[in-house]
Amino acid sequence: MPDLSQASEVPETPDGGASGAPVIEPAPTLELLGATKRYDGKTVLASLDLRIGHGETVGLIGPSGSGKTTILRLALGLLRPDAGLVRFRGAPLDASNVLAARRQMGYVVQDGGLFPHLTAVQNVELMARHLRWEAARIDARRNELVELTRFPPDALERYPAQLSGGQRQRVGLMRALFLDPALLLLDEPLGAIDPLVRAELQDDLSAIFARLDKAVIVVTHDLAEAAFFARRLVLLRQGRIVQEGPIETLLRAPAEPFVTHFVEAQRRLTVTRDGGSL
Amino acid sequence: MRRASAWALLVVVALGAGRPAAAAPPLRVGSKAFAESVILGEAAGLLAAAAGAPIEDRRALGGTRLCWDALVSGALDLYPEYTGTLREEILRVHQATGGASGEASGDLAGLRATLAARGLGFIGPLGFDNRYALAMREEMAARLGIRAISDLARHPELRIDLSNEFLHRRDGWPGLAARYALPDGKVQGLDHELAIRGLATGALDVTDIYSTDAEITRDGLRVLADDRGFFPRYQAILLYRRDAEARWPAAFAALGRMSGQIDDATMMRLNARVKLDKVPERTVAADFVAERFGVRATRAEEAWWPALWRRAREHLALVAVSLLAAILCALPLGVLATRSPRLGEILLAAVGVVQTIPSLALLVFMIPLLGIGARPATAALFLYSLLPIVRNTYAGLTAIPAPLRESAQALGLSPRAILWRIELPLAFGTILAGIQSAAVINIGTATLGALVGAGGFGQPIFAGIRLDDVSLILEGAIPASVLALLVQGLFDLLERILVPKGLRSEPR
Repeated sequence: MPDLSQASEVPETPDGGASGAPVIEPAPTLELLGATKRYDGKTVLASLDLRIGHGETVGLIGPSGSGKTTILRLALGLLRPDAGLVRFRGAPLDASNVLAARRQMGYVVQDGGLFPHLTAVQNVELMARHLRWEAARIDARRNELVELTRFPPDALERYPAQLSGGQRQRVGLMRALFLDPALLLLDEPLGAIDPLVRAELQDDLSAIFARLDKAVIVVTHDLAEAAFFARRLVLLRQGRIVQEGPIETLLRAPAEPFVTHFVEAQRRLTVTRDGGSL
Repeated sequence: MRRASAWALLVVVALGAGRPAAAAPPLRVGSKAFAESVILGEAAGLLAAAAGAPIEDRRALGGTRLCWDALVSGALDLYPEYTGTLREEILRVHQATGGASGEASGDLAGLRATLAARGLGFIGPLGFDNRYALAMREEMAARLGIRAISDLARHPELRIDLSNEFLHRRDGWPGLAARYALPDGKVQGLDHELAIRGLATGALDVTDIYSTDAEITRDGLRVLADDRGFFPRYQAILLYRRDAEARWPAAFAALGRMSGQIDDATMMRLNARVKLDKVPERTVAADFVAERFGVRATRAEEAWWPALWRRAREHLALVAVSLLAAILCALPLGVLATRSPRLGEILLAAVGVVQTIPSLALLVFMIPLLGIGARPATAALFLYSLLPIVRNTYAGLTAIPAPLRESAQALGLSPRAILWRIELPLAFGTILAGIQSAAVINIGTATLGALVGAGGFGQPIFAGIRLDDVSLILEGAIPASVLALLVQGLFDLLERILVPKGLRSEPR
């Protein structure tokens, strides 16, 4: 996997931040400009344009293989686009700034992506300790996040294997938020959670996004979940954006028959699952 | 890369640590790993010690090639050898086969000149020959009137079974059968010891023996005369380095007295005391030296406990130094192997190939580079320990799920921080298991170190095999096994203490 961070390491600023260029008009938090990605000759992202502004929450939806996760990996610099450009806070991502940029992003994956050899609190504080934050600052930030994510403080010393799925997800979220990133990337954050806990966590996440006022991208294959988190939805199919807009637009003015097809499939799933409707 | 070279330096230093101070090197006396050679080496050591030379004991080394290489490289000063072996196996100047007349004094002068050109010399011949011969039961030979090999041609009904080596040697059966026109059809090959036992029990009628085999007297065998002078001579000599002679002239003057003093009957008797009466070689040698030369040079046999303790220390030193060096080299190599699939393939293949080299061969390869003693053994053990550690480091690192590695990258950790904070701790259990298996293999393989003079628990094992003494074998085998079990237990304990708790399966 081409990883930009192999090339060189950026000197770490004390707060782990990378200062963007001083511009009068604040640049969008994340921009993909004509981003193209191919694997083995198969195009997974075809000249895609996407801008996410400061404080904006976007729901990325689409069937599997439509390029949702690829977008997140491009944003993190875990992948390099074959063509086009990825800009974070106005600066093109390259080997010289990718580590600093990643520290300004929070990444939460399905089931938390926690390191099994570290306790919950060690997972959460890993980066701050690596960057040699002062103990008082670490304590303050941890307490803040424990409260924000409503994580049971007595579970902090447990190892990931000893936590419930919901707790693991909250630890993953705390870890992603610890350095106070400008952009939060969530990849199927509720994918591994059982339905009851899921509803509770959904509410909590939604409240957290509202309080944080950060740019957020939520990737999910569940239209209802995306609509719950984000006003702005982006529907992908085979590496292209099919339609963008709020859920109402997707329902009432589908850009292509595929939109209706996707919505109908989701509605059928939802109906069978809990008897309700979108 | 600076790190890697520092590691390499450390290994070199560790291997070099055993080099003795240069002040007054002692006389290093060696022997091959069979009773006769050990007796002669001990006798030589006793005589030289009585003449004032400090002796470094290098008894019972693995074989001819090993002793010769050690002598040439200066790791050994003196050891007993046979003229036939020198010509046939080492110098490869084949003597014209010709029995008693075959090794005239002119031939010996030629041999002396050849050796002198290499800075070597020999004392002797000591008086006896240890060559091949054919033997029968005395009673049967007398009944059939067989005295010489040529008489066998008249008795095609006799069952001739031969040792495997003799059956195929240039100076063995093929030449012999041709020279004496012996029937070639139903000759069988088998193990030397079994052949002698078979001869005694009547399972076979004629076999090859060494002319000083102790069994000749014990079993009442008749050695058939080589009346057509086929067998090349294997006269015993003491082979030495001339620079050692210059260092210890008095000792070499004393050794010169051994020349011509040991005839076939004497050597057979000494062999019999060791092999049949189970008397230690050193005692047999001391008795002989006292009786023949009036030299009372007793070098005490080590008591049981101090010997065990010394062997344990030697063994542990071999294992500890080689294992430590292997860990320091194999860990970075294992990490390196994961960084590029191509490099990984090459690295794993290379350490795998090292593992396939037979251990004795690897030890012998080390002799010209590192001499004899602990250093070649340590180096060989080091090479053997690489594979399990490199392989497990590689396996442990590559088994880390890709999403976990990606999570670490996404946090903004540098590759180095990912290695130290995430990857190595996650792979730690697997790596530790690799080190454990290297350590256990290492302890077993270190017994072979005795063959290159490194001491350890292999010493009594090989002495026991040589003397057919099971209790002596156990004296080395049991402590070696116990040591292996202890080390295994130690690593199990280490695993329980060091492997991060979150990686162990335990109830929630």
